[in-house]
Amino acid sequence: MTPAIRLEHLTKAFDGRRVLDDVTLDVSPGSAFCLLGRSGTGKSVTLRHIVGLVMPDEGRVLVDGEDIGALRPWQLARVRKRMGFLFQNAALFDSMTVGENVAFPLRRHTTLSETDIQARVMAKLDAVGLARDAHKMPSELSGGMRKRVGLARAMALDPAILLVDEPGAGLDPITTREIDDLLVAQKAAGVTLVVVTHNIPSARVIADDMALLHEGRVVARGSVAEMDASADPLVQAFMRSEAGG
Amino acid sequence: MVDRVGAAVIRLFAPAGAFALFAARALVRPFAPPYEGGEILRHLFQFGLRSTPLIATSGLAIGVVLSMHTRASLERFGAESMIPAGLAIALIRETGPLTAALLVAGRVGAGIGAELGAMRVTEQIDALEANAVDAFHFLVSTRVVACALAMPLLTILMDFAGMLGGYLAEAVASGMSWRLYFDRSFTFVSYADLLPATLKTAVFGFLIAVVASYLGFNTTGGTEGVGDASTRSVVLSSILIILSDVILVRMIFFFYPQVVG
Repeated sequence: MTPAIRLEHLTKAFDGRRVLDDVTLDVSPGSAFCLLGRSGTGKSVTLRHIVGLVMPDEGRVLVDGEDIGALRPWQLARVRKRMGFLFQNAALFDSMTVGENVAFPLRRHTTLSETDIQARVMAKLDAVGLARDAHKMPSELSGGMRKRVGLARAMALDPAILLVDEPGAGLDPITTREIDDLLVAQKAAGVTLVVVTHNIPSARVIADDMALLHEGRVVARGSVAEMDASADPLVQAFMRSEAGG
Repeated sequence: MVDRVGAAVIRLFAPAGAFALFAARALVRPFAPPYEGGEILRHLFQFGLRSTPLIATSGLAIGVVLSMHTRASLERFGAESMIPAGLAIALIRETGPLTAALLVAGRVGAGIGAELGAMRVTEQIDALEANAVDAFHFLVSTRVVACALAMPLLTILMDFAGMLGGYLAEAVASGMSWRLYFDRSFTFVSYADLLPATLKTAVFGFLIAVVASYLGFNTTGGTEGVGDASTRSVVLSSILIILSDVILVRMIFFFYPQVVG
């Protein structure tokens, strides 16, 4: 079976500093993959490679078998429409209301009527518990609410692949759990998940498979059970840091 | 040694090259679909309609001041009757277009630089791309088109407000009627004065939007970077407006020789 996402020998440097070093990973369709690692180890950069926001110095990124780096702009746009991306700081469009943020991809990429768009927006906002906040501006929201709106926007087109950058960063444990549950529900609906996190409890809830990134290299890879059983001191230290976040 | 000199030359010219490529893309990209009519209209409202109080007020004041200066100069030669025409020609050919452009550079250029800069540092531009939207086209092309369209319209407003200010000053100084004032104003003004001078401001509008978009789009360094992009947008676009005006006026003289006479 063709992997939903395949990273082949991915290498990337910024200002002479190597951030990713020969990273090779596969993510199966419909599975949930968690990329773990300490801050600054290249997790977010890896995620940005998948959606084509960053291009590798060496190596390839394949999404459903298509080489992201070899695509024409319109082909890349077609691939991106199959993906949803939740940014670490949500990256909401601050000139638009919450509802308009979620409606944005629907208005751009579908021929749905305005009534259908509004229905879809309310359904997505309801899923993240913010149906009553559709009229608010992003500046009126807390960090957790912004993150949930970002998730609703990422899910608006019902993407086949959902990329999530630090879903629980800066959030209280209850909101973190709510977002984890939403991601698990997405996985149950057949969505391929790639979640970047350093929150081990969240990763345990979400992941089928995980990898530990350290200094730009994949140092361990496997299921939750395999990672727990690893003899590598770095993996052990990470998997036992239950406090996370 | 050669390598170091070469590297220094590349460092010196790389930003200019990057800006030239950005400007060329901004010139071509608006002609390809999707045409983003809604966004262009929204920016036209922001850049154009919302600039009208600034342009009208400034134009009125400039008209009054120009009228006073023109009167002081022409009175010496007993040519007071030429005041309206002198003011109209000065205003329509140069003062109106240039002043309007510099005012728009201050208001709109700073706004574009700050807005796009803030969008860059808060990852909103990346979010557009991740949502399969051509961020350059959506953010830059639309602003460039709107600014290039708004600028000639604002210049006409500036010219009109300036003429009105000139009339008010003249009415107070000499009691001239508005009918006589405007008759005398347009005695020596032709389309060759009005059209090229007004249309050249589309180039000013293009420069304002391209410079501000380039600096905003490439902002780094958080809120300090946003402020820097905003300030540099005003400074750089003002300089480019004045420099390009030299070339544009030369071109107008070449294509409309009657303007020189």
